[in-house]
Amino acid sequence: MKEDFDFEEYNNSIHRDGRILMTIALALLIAVPFIIALITGAHINWKDFWPALIKVLIIYVPSSAAEFLIYVPLLGAGACYLAFITGNLTNLKIPCAFNAREIAGAEAGTPENEIISTLSVATSALVTMVVIFIGVLLLIPLTPLLNNPVIKPAFDNVLPALFGALGMQYYMKSLKLSVLPLLLMSVLCILIPSLIAQTSTMIIVIGAFSIALSYLMYRKNWL
Amino acid sequence: MSDYVAISNSLPLYLIVGVVLLFIALVSVYFMVRSYKAGIRIGMDKAVLRKAIISSASFTVLPSVSILLGVAALSGSLGVPAAWLRLSVIGNLQYEATVASIAAESMGKTLDSAVLNMDDLVTILLVMTVGIIWGCVFSILFLKPYSKKIRITKRSDGKKGFADWAMTAMFIGLCSAFLGSYVGRLAVYGELIPILTAIISAAVMLLFQYLIEKRGMKGLESFSLAASMLVGMASAAILSLFIGA
Repeated sequence: MKEDFDFEEYNNSIHRDGRILMTIALALLIAVPFIIALITGAHINWKDFWPALIKVLIIYVPSSAAEFLIYVPLLGAGACYLAFITGNLTNLKIPCAFNAREIAGAEAGTPENEIISTLSVATSALVTMVVIFIGVLLLIPLTPLLNNPVIKPAFDNVLPALFGALGMQYYMKSLKLSVLPLLLMSVLCILIPSLIAQTSTMIIVIGAFSIALSYLMYRKNWL
Repeated sequence: MSDYVAISNSLPLYLIVGVVLLFIALVSVYFMVRSYKAGIRIGMDKAVLRKAIISSASFTVLPSVSILLGVAALSGSLGVPAAWLRLSVIGNLQYEATVASIAAESMGKTLDSAVLNMDDLVTILLVMTVGIIWGCVFSILFLKPYSKKIRITKRSDGKKGFADWAMTAMFIGLCSAFLGSYVGRLAVYGELIPILTAIISAAVMLLFQYLIEKRGMKGLESFSLAASMLVGMASAAILSLFIGA
């Protein structure tokens, strides 16, 4: 490392700028629904907002905390600020940064790794934005088509398609751990049909059951 | 075109989303320039830095197209601008689709442009935004002290720790809650299409897993989730023609 460059000072300034810019970005993101409401004369339905948010927080605050604890050591400061605000960590930013680090031959925990990871995540974020922007320009003329009666069932079944594929990905990680949660939810829905429309509540119940089961199997060395 | 579809796809919404995304793009450029200059100053080879940029750009194109498919999937119910914003920041397709559905369900609705109105849209958007900001909040509060203290630690025997299994278990539970409900819909209401769609996209994913893991076709990794979904969704449209929704 060149002696006239203080990497510690650079890192401190990345933290300072990262915190400021991330706070502004968060404020902008939270403001969007309010601005849309203001412009269109719509109202946020607070009565429905809180129960929905609580369900979401119960699932995603622990998963965000886990992601934070896991990814910070892997990426370093600058890359983390960017990766958390631009999203798509597991499916894009993490493999992208690892790929770049591999190609550049940077070792974990070094200033070189910190710089390559930041460059990689920033490039990735920009390319994604450009690709989506071009795609959105093409989507506008396609919107009436997406509401076509023949095509509509495809979009009505986004979630079955998503959870079929995603379920297969996760079930393949441990079939032993997957059988009981799936069986339990299926039997419950058949015995108590009102639960079919309560999927969001059942995520908490079945999720807690799965975690408890994984703990038991982990302790018994069955995983 | 209904009022909801027209307003949720109107120019002011594109402008609002455009401004927010422009800011985040500028932040990315700022970090990119700073890290590039710092790389030069610590004596890194410019060619290495350029290679990192080029490899990251080329690596990103294909997964970005799969994210775009997510925008297309969500745009049918939330409108293009909202879907564009949500898939461009924080979160990911799995999160956005799940949370939009949870929020709609809490309002006694489904993610269907025929039943949603603008009140629903702004409420769903706020749930989606506030629900996923926590990684950013943790970063603002704890990234500096945490990154100064930690080093990567692995179990000495190379096995997964319980935290990894708990994460896997949580997602197994999440998927099981949805898939089990489709089994219930078939058994109770005779609704075939949701469960068949799930089975078809699962089968396509299994095929991808085989090609990636057994045949070494790693390039398919970025596309497997989106492509499996797309085949599942296409099957739903085709099946509806024959057996009805």
